[in-house]
Amino acid sequence: MSEVIVITSGKGGVGKTTTSANLGCGLAIQGKRVALVDADIGLRNLDVVMGLENRIVYDLVDVVEGNCRLKQALIKDKRYDGLFLLPAAQTRDKDAVSPEQMQKLCDNLKEEGFDYIIIDCPAGIEQGFKNAIAGADRALVVTTPEVSAVRDADRIIGLLEAHGLNNPGLVLNRLRVDLVKRGEMMNIEDVTEILAIDILGVVPDDESIVIATNKGEPAVSNYESSAGQAYRNIVQRIMGQSIPLMTFEEQPETFMEKLKKLFNH
Amino acid sequence: MDLFHLLKKKNAPSSGSVAKDRLKLVLVHDRVNCSSQVLEMLKTDIIKVISNYMEIDNDELDIQITQTESDDKNGTVPVLYANIPIKSMRKVNQDSDAKS
Repeated sequence: MSEVIVITSGKGGVGKTTTSANLGCGLAIQGKRVALVDADIGLRNLDVVMGLENRIVYDLVDVVEGNCRLKQALIKDKRYDGLFLLPAAQTRDKDAVSPEQMQKLCDNLKEEGFDYIIIDCPAGIEQGFKNAIAGADRALVVTTPEVSAVRDADRIIGLLEAHGLNNPGLVLNRLRVDLVKRGEMMNIEDVTEILAIDILGVVPDDESIVIATNKGEPAVSNYESSAGQAYRNIVQRIMGQSIPLMTFEEQPETFMEKLKKLFNH
Repeated sequence: MDLFHLLKKKNAPSSGSVAKDRLKLVLVHDRVNCSSQVLEMLKTDIIKVISNYMEIDNDELDIQITQTESDDKNGTVPVLYANIPIKSMRKVNQDSDAKS
Protein backbone atom coordinates (compact mmCIF):
# COMPACT_ATOMS: atom_id res chain seq x y z
CA MET A 1 0.00 0.00 0.00
CA SER A 2 1.35 3.39 -0.83
CA GLU A 3 0.48 6.71 0.69
CA VAL A 4 0.90 10.27 -0.56
CA ILE A 5 1.71 12.70 2.26
CA VAL A 6 1.84 16.45 1.61
CA ILE A 7 3.91 18.68 3.94
CA THR A 8 2.21 22.09 4.24
CA SER A 9 2.43 25.18 6.47
CA GLY A 10 1.04 28.31 4.86
CA LYS A 11 3.81 30.52 6.16
CA GLY A 12 7.23 30.27 4.56
CA GLY A 13 10.40 29.51 6.45
CA VAL A 14 8.92 27.33 9.20
CA GLY A 15 10.66 24.15 8.05
CA LYS A 16 8.54 22.40 5.40
CA THR A 17 11.50 21.46 3.22
CA THR A 18 13.65 20.37 6.17
CA THR A 19 10.74 18.28 7.48
CA SER A 20 10.15 16.72 4.06
CA ALA A 21 13.82 15.81 3.68
CA ASN A 22 14.10 14.36 7.19
CA LEU A 23 10.90 12.33 7.00
CA GLY A 24 11.85 11.03 3.55
CA CYS A 25 15.29 9.94 4.77
CA GLY A 26 13.87 8.59 8.02
CA LEU A 27 11.36 6.41 6.20
CA ALA A 28 14.10 5.19 3.84
CA ILE A 29 16.27 4.28 6.88
CA GLN A 30 13.33 2.14 8.00
CA GLY A 31 13.60 0.27 4.71
CA LYS A 32 10.68 1.95 2.95
CA ARG A 33 10.69 2.96 -0.70
CA VAL A 34 10.21 6.72 -0.70
CA ALA A 35 9.74 9.36 -3.39
CA LEU A 36 10.33 12.95 -2.34
CA VAL A 37 8.55 15.39 -4.62
CA ASP A 38 9.51 19.08 -4.63
CA ALA A 39 6.28 20.84 -5.62
CA ASP A 40 7.71 24.32 -5.13
CA ILE A 41 8.04 25.06 -8.83
CA GLY A 42 10.26 28.07 -9.52
CA LEU A 43 11.87 27.97 -6.07
CA ARG A 44 13.64 24.62 -6.02
CA ASN A 45 15.15 23.83 -2.62
CA LEU A 46 14.64 20.22 -1.61
CA ASP A 47 17.55 19.17 -3.87
CA VAL A 48 20.08 21.27 -1.92
CA VAL A 49 18.74 20.19 1.47
CA MET A 50 19.19 16.58 0.30
CA GLY A 51 22.63 17.29 -1.19
CA LEU A 52 21.50 16.13 -4.63
CA GLU A 53 21.68 19.43 -6.51
CA ASN A 54 24.45 18.27 -8.87
CA ARG A 55 22.52 15.30 -10.18
CA ILE A 56 19.46 16.97 -11.68
CA VAL A 57 18.82 16.33 -15.34
CA TYR A 58 15.03 16.37 -15.66
CA ASP A 59 12.40 17.82 -13.33
CA LEU A 60 8.73 17.58 -12.37
CA VAL A 61 7.56 19.82 -15.23
CA ASP A 62 9.51 17.72 -17.75
CA VAL A 63 7.64 14.63 -16.50
CA VAL A 64 4.25 16.34 -16.60
CA GLU A 65 4.87 17.71 -20.11
CA GLY A 66 6.12 14.35 -21.36
CA ASN A 67 9.70 15.49 -22.12
CA CYS A 68 11.00 12.47 -20.23
CA ARG A 69 9.78 9.35 -18.50
CA LEU A 70 9.09 9.47 -14.76
CA LYS A 71 11.97 7.09 -14.05
CA GLN A 72 14.43 9.33 -15.87
CA ALA A 73 13.57 12.32 -13.67
CA LEU A 74 13.76 10.44 -10.35
CA ILE A 75 17.18 11.00 -8.75
CA LYS A 76 18.44 8.16 -6.61
CA ASP A 77 19.72 9.26 -3.22
CA LYS A 78 23.42 8.74 -2.62
CA ARG A 79 23.02 7.37 0.93
CA TYR A 80 19.84 5.32 1.08
CA ASP A 81 18.51 2.67 -1.24
CA GLY A 82 14.88 3.16 -2.01
CA LEU A 83 14.98 6.95 -1.62
CA PHE A 84 14.36 9.06 -4.71
CA LEU A 85 13.89 12.77 -5.38
CA LEU A 86 11.71 14.32 -8.05
CA PRO A 87 13.04 17.90 -8.23
CA ALA A 88 10.99 20.99 -9.03
CA ALA A 89 11.63 23.02 -12.15
CA GLN A 90 13.62 26.13 -11.39
CA THR A 91 12.93 28.19 -14.50
CA ARG A 92 9.16 27.75 -14.71
CA ASP A 93 6.30 29.06 -12.61
CA LYS A 94 3.51 27.42 -10.63
CA ASP A 95 1.04 27.62 -13.53
CA ALA A 96 3.14 25.14 -15.52
CA VAL A 97 1.30 22.34 -13.68
CA SER A 98 -2.39 21.74 -12.96
CA PRO A 99 -3.96 19.89 -10.02
CA GLU A 100 -5.13 17.16 -12.42
CA GLN A 101 -1.57 16.64 -13.66
CA MET A 102 -0.30 16.42 -10.08
CA GLN A 103 -2.99 13.88 -9.27
CA LYS A 104 -1.88 11.79 -12.23
CA LEU A 105 1.77 12.13 -11.23
CA CYS A 106 0.96 10.82 -7.74
CA ASP A 107 -0.92 7.88 -9.24
CA ASN A 108 2.06 7.08 -11.47
CA LEU A 109 4.43 7.22 -8.50
CA LYS A 110 2.16 4.82 -6.62
CA GLU A 111 2.34 2.45 -9.58
CA GLU A 112 6.14 2.61 -9.39
CA GLY A 113 5.82 0.79 -6.07
CA PHE A 114 6.76 3.52 -3.61
CA ASP A 115 5.56 2.99 -0.05
CA TYR A 116 5.53 6.71 0.69
CA ILE A 117 5.37 9.72 -1.59
CA ILE A 118 6.27 12.87 0.32
CA ILE A 119 5.30 16.16 -1.32
CA ASP A 120 7.04 19.36 -0.24
CA CYS A 121 4.34 22.02 -0.67
CA PRO A 122 5.24 25.65 -1.46
CA ALA A 123 4.34 28.41 1.00
CA GLY A 124 1.11 30.29 0.37
CA ILE A 125 -2.45 29.25 -0.46
CA GLU A 126 -2.50 29.83 -4.23
CA GLN A 127 -1.97 27.62 -7.25
CA GLY A 128 1.19 25.94 -5.93
CA PHE A 129 -0.63 24.84 -2.78
CA LYS A 130 -3.61 23.55 -4.74
CA ASN A 131 -1.29 21.58 -7.03
CA ALA A 132 0.69 20.09 -4.15
CA ILE A 133 -2.34 18.80 -2.25
CA ALA A 134 -4.26 17.53 -5.29
CA GLY A 135 -2.97 13.96 -5.14
CA ALA A 136 -2.45 13.69 -1.40
CA ASP A 137 -4.00 11.03 0.85
CA ARG A 138 -2.85 12.70 4.04
CA ALA A 139 -1.44 16.06 5.11
CA LEU A 140 1.00 17.31 7.70
CA VAL A 141 1.01 20.92 8.87
CA VAL A 142 4.33 22.33 10.04
CA THR A 143 4.31 25.36 12.31
CA THR A 144 6.54 27.13 14.81
CA PRO A 145 5.30 28.47 18.17
CA GLU A 146 4.84 32.01 16.83
CA VAL A 147 1.64 33.98 16.34
CA SER A 148 2.09 34.46 12.58
CA ALA A 149 3.00 30.83 11.86
CA VAL A 150 0.14 29.37 13.94
CA ARG A 151 -2.33 31.78 12.36
CA ASP A 152 -1.30 30.62 8.88
CA ALA A 153 -1.42 26.99 10.03
CA ASP A 154 -5.04 27.51 11.14
CA ARG A 155 -5.92 28.86 7.70
CA ILE A 156 -4.17 25.94 5.99
CA ILE A 157 -6.01 23.41 8.17
CA GLY A 158 -9.30 24.97 7.04
CA LEU A 159 -8.28 24.82 3.38
CA LEU A 160 -7.04 21.22 3.69
CA GLU A 161 -10.36 20.18 5.22
CA ALA A 162 -12.22 21.98 2.44
CA HIS A 163 -10.29 19.75 0.00
CA GLY A 164 -11.20 16.60 1.93
CA LEU A 165 -7.89 16.23 3.80
CA ASN A 166 -9.33 15.94 7.27
CA ASN A 167 -7.44 15.93 10.55
CA PRO A 168 -3.93 16.69 9.31
CA GLY A 169 -1.06 15.86 11.66
CA LEU A 170 0.70 18.76 13.34
CA VAL A 171 4.47 19.10 13.48
CA LEU A 172 5.53 21.78 15.95
CA ASN A 173 8.95 22.89 14.80
CA ARG A 174 11.74 24.92 16.39
CA LEU A 175 10.48 24.75 19.95
CA ARG A 176 12.86 26.64 22.24
CA VAL A 177 12.67 24.71 25.50
CA ASP A 178 14.49 27.41 27.48
CA LEU A 179 12.04 30.09 26.30
CA VAL A 180 9.02 27.89 27.04
CA LYS A 181 10.29 27.26 30.56
CA ARG A 182 10.52 31.00 31.15
CA GLY A 183 7.04 31.51 29.71
CA GLU A 184 8.40 33.55 26.83
CA MET A 185 7.20 31.16 24.14
CA MET A 186 3.90 29.35 23.57
CA ASN A 187 4.15 25.75 24.71
CA ILE A 188 2.95 22.54 23.05
CA GLU A 189 -0.44 22.63 24.80
CA ASP A 190 -1.05 26.27 23.82
CA VAL A 191 -0.59 25.46 20.15
CA THR A 192 -2.52 22.18 20.10
CA GLU A 193 -5.39 23.73 22.04
CA ILE A 194 -5.69 26.55 19.51
CA LEU A 195 -5.33 24.46 16.35
CA ALA A 196 -7.35 21.49 17.69
CA ILE A 197 -5.64 18.83 15.55
CA ASP A 198 -3.59 15.81 16.56
CA ILE A 199 0.07 16.48 17.22
CA LEU A 200 2.38 14.20 15.28
CA GLY A 201 5.62 15.50 16.70
CA VAL A 202 7.60 18.28 18.33
CA VAL A 203 11.01 19.21 16.95
CA PRO A 204 13.26 21.25 19.25
CA ASP A 205 15.23 24.17 17.88
CA ASP A 206 18.59 22.59 17.29
CA GLU A 207 21.76 23.88 15.70
CA SER A 208 22.44 20.43 14.26
CA ILE A 209 19.69 21.17 11.72
CA VAL A 210 21.61 24.19 10.44
CA ILE A 211 24.83 22.18 10.28
CA ALA A 212 23.12 19.24 8.57
CA THR A 213 21.46 21.52 6.02
CA ASN A 214 24.80 23.24 5.32
CA LYS A 215 26.24 19.84 4.41
CA GLY A 216 23.18 18.57 2.57
CA GLU A 217 22.72 15.65 4.97
CA PRO A 218 19.37 15.51 6.77
CA ALA A 219 19.73 15.45 10.60
CA VAL A 220 17.50 12.39 10.97
CA SER A 221 20.57 10.19 10.47
CA ASN A 222 22.48 12.00 13.25
CA TYR A 223 21.95 10.00 16.43
CA GLU A 224 23.39 12.75 18.62
CA SER A 225 20.93 15.37 17.40
CA SER A 226 17.76 15.95 19.45
CA ALA A 227 15.97 17.23 16.34
CA GLY A 228 17.11 14.08 14.57
CA GLN A 229 15.54 12.01 17.36
CA ALA A 230 12.32 14.03 17.05
CA TYR A 231 12.19 13.29 13.31
CA ARG A 232 12.86 9.58 13.91
CA ASN A 233 9.90 9.57 16.32
CA ILE A 234 7.66 11.23 13.72
CA VAL A 235 8.73 8.60 11.19
CA GLN A 236 7.62 5.86 13.61
CA ARG A 237 4.26 7.59 14.11
CA ILE A 238 3.75 7.96 10.36
CA MET A 239 4.30 4.21 10.11
CA GLY A 240 1.49 3.72 12.61
CA GLN A 241 3.37 3.19 15.87
CA SER A 242 2.48 5.15 18.95
CA ILE A 243 5.58 6.74 20.46
CA PRO A 244 5.23 9.18 23.36
CA LEU A 245 6.20 12.80 22.68
CA MET A 246 9.79 13.66 23.54
CA THR A 247 10.45 15.10 26.93
CA PHE A 248 12.86 17.96 27.07
CA GLU A 249 13.93 17.65 30.68
CA GLU A 250 17.46 16.55 29.83
CA GLN A 251 18.21 19.88 28.22
CA PRO A 252 21.09 21.64 29.98
CA GLU A 253 20.17 24.54 32.23
CA THR A 254 20.51 28.00 30.83
CA PHE A 255 22.54 30.64 32.56
CA MET A 256 19.39 32.41 33.77
CA GLU A 257 18.02 29.21 35.29
CA LYS A 258 21.28 28.65 37.15
CA LEU A 259 21.13 32.22 38.38
CA LYS A 260 17.54 31.78 39.46
CA LYS A 261 18.43 28.65 41.45
CA LEU A 262 21.27 30.51 43.09
CA PHE A 263 18.91 33.22 44.28
CA ASN A 264 16.39 30.71 45.58
CA HIS A 265 18.87 28.98 47.87
CA MET B 1 12.48 35.27 49.86
CA ASP B 2 12.72 34.91 46.11
CA LEU B 3 15.02 37.67 44.98
CA PHE B 4 14.59 36.75 41.37
CA HIS B 5 10.96 37.72 41.40
CA LEU B 6 11.76 41.13 42.81
CA LEU B 7 13.78 41.84 39.71
CA LYS B 8 10.79 41.13 37.52
CA LYS B 9 7.97 43.54 36.94
CA LYS B 10 5.05 42.67 39.17
CA ASN B 11 2.05 41.04 37.51
CA ALA B 12 3.47 41.45 34.02
CA PRO B 13 2.16 38.53 31.96
CA SER B 14 4.82 36.49 30.17
CA SER B 15 5.16 37.12 26.45
CA GLY B 16 4.17 33.50 25.80
CA SER B 17 0.71 34.02 27.25
CA VAL B 18 0.42 37.41 25.53
CA ALA B 19 1.15 35.62 22.24
CA LYS B 20 -1.51 33.00 22.98
CA ASP B 21 -4.17 35.60 23.79
CA ARG B 22 -3.39 37.69 20.72
CA LEU B 23 -3.45 34.61 18.55
CA LYS B 24 -6.81 33.49 19.94
CA LEU B 25 -8.37 36.85 19.18
CA VAL B 26 -6.92 37.00 15.67
CA LEU B 27 -8.19 33.49 14.92
CA VAL B 28 -11.70 34.25 16.16
CA HIS B 29 -11.91 36.95 13.51
CA ASP B 30 -10.16 34.87 10.85
CA ARG B 31 -12.47 31.92 11.40
CA VAL B 32 -15.76 33.84 11.26
CA ASN B 33 -14.40 35.82 8.35
CA CYS B 34 -16.11 39.01 9.60
CA SER B 35 -14.38 42.22 8.53
CA SER B 36 -14.20 45.24 10.83
CA GLN B 37 -16.36 47.06 8.28
CA VAL B 38 -19.16 44.50 8.65
CA LEU B 39 -18.81 44.66 12.42
CA GLU B 40 -19.12 48.44 12.30
CA MET B 41 -22.31 48.18 10.19
CA LEU B 42 -23.71 45.64 12.61
CA LYS B 43 -22.90 47.94 15.50
CA THR B 44 -24.71 50.89 13.85
CA ASP B 45 -27.78 48.75 13.18
CA ILE B 46 -27.88 47.40 16.74
CA ILE B 47 -27.66 50.94 18.14
CA LYS B 48 -30.47 52.04 15.82
CA VAL B 49 -32.82 49.26 16.93
CA ILE B 50 -32.07 49.47 20.64
CA SER B 51 -32.37 53.27 20.61
CA ASN B 52 -36.06 52.86 19.71
CA TYR B 53 -36.60 51.39 23.16
CA MET B 54 -33.96 52.82 25.43
CA GLU B 55 -31.37 55.52 25.63
CA ILE B 56 -27.94 53.93 25.61
CA ASP B 57 -24.45 55.14 26.34
CA ASN B 58 -22.78 55.17 22.92
CA ASP B 59 -19.32 55.87 24.32
CA GLU B 60 -19.29 52.90 26.68
CA LEU B 61 -20.81 50.58 24.13
CA ASP B 62 -18.76 47.44 23.49
CA ILE B 63 -19.57 45.04 20.67
CA GLN B 64 -17.09 42.39 19.59
CA ILE B 65 -16.75 38.87 18.32
CA THR B 66 -15.11 36.61 20.86
CA GLN B 67 -15.36 32.94 21.70
CA THR B 68 -16.95 30.71 24.26
CA GLU B 69 -16.71 27.07 25.25
CA SER B 70 -18.96 24.95 23.10
CA ASP B 71 -21.44 22.64 24.85
CA ASP B 72 -21.83 19.95 22.24
CA LYS B 73 -18.46 19.77 20.52
CA ASN B 74 -14.91 20.01 21.72
CA GLY B 75 -13.29 23.39 21.67
CA THR B 76 -14.74 26.84 21.30
CA VAL B 77 -17.32 28.58 19.13
CA PRO B 78 -17.46 32.23 18.15
CA VAL B 79 -20.02 34.47 19.90
CA LEU B 80 -21.17 38.01 19.36
CA TYR B 81 -20.56 39.79 22.62
CA ALA B 82 -22.40 43.05 23.29
CA ASN B 83 -22.16 45.17 26.40
CA ILE B 84 -24.62 48.05 26.06
CA PRO B 85 -25.03 50.33 29.07
CA ILE B 86 -28.57 51.71 29.39
CA LYS B 87 -29.00 55.34 30.41
CA SER B 88 -32.78 55.30 30.59
CA MET B 89 -35.83 53.62 29.13
CA ARG B 90 -37.82 55.40 26.46
CA LYS B 91 -41.54 55.53 26.58
CA VAL B 92 -42.77 53.08 24.05
CA ASN B 93 -46.27 53.35 22.77
CA GLN B 94 -47.20 49.70 22.79
CA ASP B 95 -50.62 50.30 21.24
CA SER B 96 -49.31 52.04 18.14
CA ASP B 97 -46.65 49.38 17.85
CA ALA B 98 -49.20 46.62 17.85
CA LYS B 99 -51.31 48.36 15.24
CA SER B 100 -48.45 48.92 12.81
